[in-house]
Amino acid sequence: MLELVTVSLLNGVVYGLLLFMLSSGLTLIFSMMGVLNFAHASVFMVGAYLAYQFSRWVGFWPALAIAPLACGLAGAAIERFGLRRVHAHGHVAEILFTFGLAYVIEELVTMAWGRNAVSNNVPAAVDFPLFTVFGSTFPAYKGLMMAISVAMFAFLFVALKKTRIGLVIQAALTHPRMVSALGHDVPGVFVLVFAVGSALAGLAGVIGGFMLLTQPTLAHAIGPIVFVVVVVGGLGSLSGALIASMLIGILQTFAVAVDYSLLDALRAGGVVVARGSPWHELLGVKLATAAPIVPYLLLVLMLIVRPRGLLGTRDA
Amino acid sequence: MTPPAPALSLRDVDMRFGATSILRGVSLDVARGERHAIIGPNGAGKSTLFNLISGRFSPTKGSIRLDGAEIAGERPYAINRRGLARSFQVTHLFARMSVYENLRCAVLWSRGYRYCFWRNVAALADVREAAETALERIGLAARRHVAAGVLTYAEQRALEIGITIAGGARVILLDEPTAGMSRQEADHAVALIRSVAQGRTLLMVEHDMSVVFGLADRISVLVYGQVIATDTPARIHDNAAVQAAYLGTSDA
Amino acid sequence: MSAKGWLLPATIAALAVLPHLPGLNADFGRSLLTQMVIAAVFALSFNMLFGQTGLLSFGHAVYFGLGGYAAIHLMRAINGGLPVPMLLVPVAGAAGGLLAGALLGALTTRKAGTIFALISLGVGELVYAATFMLPGWFGGEEGITASRTRTAFAAGPALDSQLAVYYAVAAWALVAALLMHAFTRTPAGRMCNAVRDNPERAEFVGYSARRVRLVAFAAAGLFAGLAGGLHAINYEIVGADAVSAQRSGTVLIMAYIGGAAYFAGPVLGAIAITWLQSGLSGYTSAWLLYLGVFFIAMILWAPDGLAGLLVRHRPIVRTRAFRRVLATYAAALVPLAVMLAGAVVAVEMSYRLSTQPELGPRLRVLGVAVDASSAWPWLAAALALVGGFLAFRATWPGVTSAWARASGEADPARP
Repeated sequence: MLELVTVSLLNGVVYGLLLFMLSSGLTLIFSMMGVLNFAHASVFMVGAYLAYQFSRWVGFWPALAIAPLACGLAGAAIERFGLRRVHAHGHVAEILFTFGLAYVIEELVTMAWGRNAVSNNVPAAVDFPLFTVFGSTFPAYKGLMMAISVAMFAFLFVALKKTRIGLVIQAALTHPRMVSALGHDVPGVFVLVFAVGSALAGLAGVIGGFMLLTQPTLAHAIGPIVFVVVVVGGLGSLSGALIASMLIGILQTFAVAVDYSLLDALRAGGVVVARGSPWHELLGVKLATAAPIVPYLLLVLMLIVRPRGLLGTRDA
Repeated sequence: MTPPAPALSLRDVDMRFGATSILRGVSLDVARGERHAIIGPNGAGKSTLFNLISGRFSPTKGSIRLDGAEIAGERPYAINRRGLARSFQVTHLFARMSVYENLRCAVLWSRGYRYCFWRNVAALADVREAAETALERIGLAARRHVAAGVLTYAEQRALEIGITIAGGARVILLDEPTAGMSRQEADHAVALIRSVAQGRTLLMVEHDMSVVFGLADRISVLVYGQVIATDTPARIHDNAAVQAAYLGTSDA
Repeated sequence: MSAKGWLLPATIAALAVLPHLPGLNADFGRSLLTQMVIAAVFALSFNMLFGQTGLLSFGHAVYFGLGGYAAIHLMRAINGGLPVPMLLVPVAGAAGGLLAGALLGALTTRKAGTIFALISLGVGELVYAATFMLPGWFGGEEGITASRTRTAFAAGPALDSQLAVYYAVAAWALVAALLMHAFTRTPAGRMCNAVRDNPERAEFVGYSARRVRLVAFAAAGLFAGLAGGLHAINYEIVGADAVSAQRSGTVLIMAYIGGAAYFAGPVLGAIAITWLQSGLSGYTSAWLLYLGVFFIAMILWAPDGLAGLLVRHRPIVRTRAFRRVLATYAAALVPLAVMLAGAVVAVEMSYRLSTQPELGPRLRVLGVAVDASSAWPWLAAALALVGGFLAFRATWPGVTSAWARASGEADPARP
C-alpha cells in the first residue's frame, strides 16, 4: 500500500509538473495579453517534434536549446503577422484565430512527419536511473523535467512580479494606449510576450515529447487538460496554475491505480444496487476507467463551488 | 400626521475597497417627488454612492432603503424591478441595437413580459406605446433605426436618459447627465430632465453648478466620502464649509 | 431586410427542387443535401448562443449528440413495437437537447466570455469521455444503431429511400429555422441581444443576465438536439463522434465563416463547409489543412463572414461602377488561382510523402501528374506561389480604386 501511494505520488508530481510547464506559458500569455491561446498545446507539440528531429541531427543537448528557440521565433511570427491584425476585433476573434491555428499546426505537423507517432525515445544522455523507490527506478529525465519546471516557475514569478518590464506589460494589458503614450512599444512587448510563452511551450515539448507519444494528436490530447488547469487555478494566476497542475496530476495518477467503483463502495456499506437498474452501469464504472475525466469533473466542481478558480485574480 | 416615508433613505453607509475607505457614514434622505443633487470634488465617492444604491456593489456597512424596503446588497435587476433606474456617466448602451430597440428592451420587464419566448415583441401594443413615448420625449424619433453605437455623443446621452425612464421607474438616478456637453446641449438636456422628473423622485450627480442650482430642490455635498451638508441650493451656496471645500469663495 | 417577402417561398422551392437537379439526383447528391440541411440546423442553433447572445461555446456538439442518442433510443423502441410515428423521432432529439441544455446550462452560464468558452470545452470533453464509459447508454466505440424503416406503426410516408429521408429532414429543418427566427423576435430573443451587447446594462433594466443566458442555452440545446435527431434518422447510427470536440469545432467554424451577425449566415457556412468536407475529403487528405487556412483567412480579412461579404456589396450593386469592381475581381482571381495552385501542389506532394509513402511519389494534383521525388514540381510550385502572390498583390490597388469609385456613386439613402 505504501509502495502504491509513494510511487503514485511521485508519478503524479511528475505529471503535474509537466502540466504546469505547459500551463505556465499559457498563463503568461493570458495575463499579459488577455489572449487565450488555443494554439499553445500545438506549439508544445511542435517543440516535441523539433526536439525529435534535431536530436537526430545534432544530439539531445543542442536540441534542448534549439527547439525552444525555434518555437519562440514561431510565436513571435504568429503574433507579429497574424494575431496583431486580430487584436482590434476583440478577444473572441483572438481566441478563434488561435483555434484555427491549432488545426493548421496539427496538419502542418502531419504534412512534415506523417500521421503515425514518431519514435521519440528517451535520449541516452538522460536515460539512467536517478534513484530507486520500492523497486521502481526514477529516471534522470524525470528529474531534469522537474528541475526545468521549477526553474520556469521561478523565472516567470520574478518576471511578472518583480521586473520593470513585467509591470509595464501588466499595465499594457488594461491600458495599452496609456502605456504606449508613455513611450513603451506595446506591439513590440506583445511580440516578446508571445515569443517567450511559445518558447516555454516548446521547452515543455522537448521533455514532454518523450514522456508522452509524439504524434499529431498530441496537442488535442493534452490541450483541454491544460485549459482546465488554467481555469481551476484561476485565470491569470501563476501560483494557481502550479497548484491546479499538481492537484490534477496527483488526482489523475491516483485514480488510475484505484480499481474500485461507487458500486463497490456502496456494497461495502451494505447497499446493493440491482443489476437491472439504470444506475447500475453508471455506478459500476471503476475509478481507473474514469481517470481521463477526473480533470473535467474537477472543472465542473470548481465551477459550482468557486467559479473564480483557486487563486483567480481576474474575471474573463 | 406622520410624513410619508422617504423614497430613498441611506443610513450610515460605509464602502471600503480593501484598505481604502471610499464612503464613511453616509446618511441621506430623499423625499418622494424631490429633485436632489449630489455635488462634490472628484474622488469624493459620488459614483460609488450611485453604484451602491443601484446594486452594482454591496455596501460594507449600512442600510439603503427604497420606499421603506431594504435594498442594500441586492442585485441590480432586483433593485430595478422595485422601481429604481439609473443612467451611467460613461454611456452604457446596447451598441448594436437600434435606438428604438434600446428603449424597447428597457420597457420589457416593467410590462411583465419577463423571459417570454412565445410572443412577437412587435405585436405587444403596451411595449410599443411605452417605447414610442420615451422616444418622443428624448427627441430621437427621427433616429429610431440608427444603431446606438453610431449616434452622436449628445444623442447617446439622451438615449441613456431615455433607457432610464422608459420602464417607468419611480426613482431615477442620473449620473452626470450633462458631462461633456456644450452649453446648448446641456440646456437641452436640463429641459429633458426637468420634464422626465415630473412625478418621479430624482437623484442626480452633477458638476455643472448652473444645472444643479437650476434644477435641484435640495443639494447634498459629498467630500472625501462624507456628507458635509444637505440643504436648499441657496443655503448651500452660502455655506462656508461648502465654499471652502468645493465651491470656492469667489461668486459662483 | 427588404428581401424578407420572397426569401421563404424561394427557400421552400429550392429545397423541393434541389434533389432533382442533375448532379444531385442520385443517392450521393441527396445524401449530401441531407447532410447540409442537418448542418444548417445545427449551425443556426449554435448561433443562438454565439451571434445572438454573445456566448462562444466549444462544446455545442454535446447537445447535438445527446439529442441524437435520445432519438436513436426512441427509434430502437419503435423498432421494438412502440406505436410512435418515425417522423416524430426528432422531437425526442429536441427533448434530449433541451434537457441537457437546461441542466448543463444551469451550471455553465454563471460566467460569460472566456471562462464560459473554457467551461464548454471541459464539459464537452467530459461528455465525450463519458460516452465510452457507459456503453449501455452510448454504445461505446460502435455507437447505437436503429432502423428508420422497421416500424409496426404505419403513420406517414416510409423513410425507405434517401429522397424520402431528405424531404423529411428538410421539412423538419424548415420548421426549426422558422422557430429559431421567430425566437429572435420575442422578448427573450431581444434580451439575448441586449445581454450580448451590454450584460451589465441589461441587469439595470431589470433582467438577470445569467437567466437570459440560460434561456438562450436551453433553446440552443433544443434545436441542436433536434439536429441530432435528424442525424439519427439519416445515418441510423449515433456514436461518440456526435459529441466530439471535432464536431463542436466544425459547427463553430460553420457559423463564423457563414457570418454570425446575420441570421442566415450560419446556413451559408454550413453549406460551404459540408461541401468542402465531403467533396474535398474524397480528393485530398489535406482537406483539414485547407479548411483551417480558409478559416484563418476569414478571421483576418472577412470577420463578418460570407454573409457579411455579400451584404457589403449591397450598396454598390446598382451602381454603374459595379461592373468595374467585378472586372477587377476577375483580374485578381487569376494570380490568386496561380498562387493557390502552387500551394496546393506543394501541400499534396508533402502529404503523399509523409502520410502515404507506400503509394510512391507519383500522384495527380489538380489533374496534372507529378513526381514528388523530382525537384521540378517543387520548383514549379514555389515559383507559382511566389509569383502568383506578387502578381495578386499588384491587383489590390485596382480593386480598391474600383470600390472607391463605386462607393462614391452609391446612393447613401438606400441601405
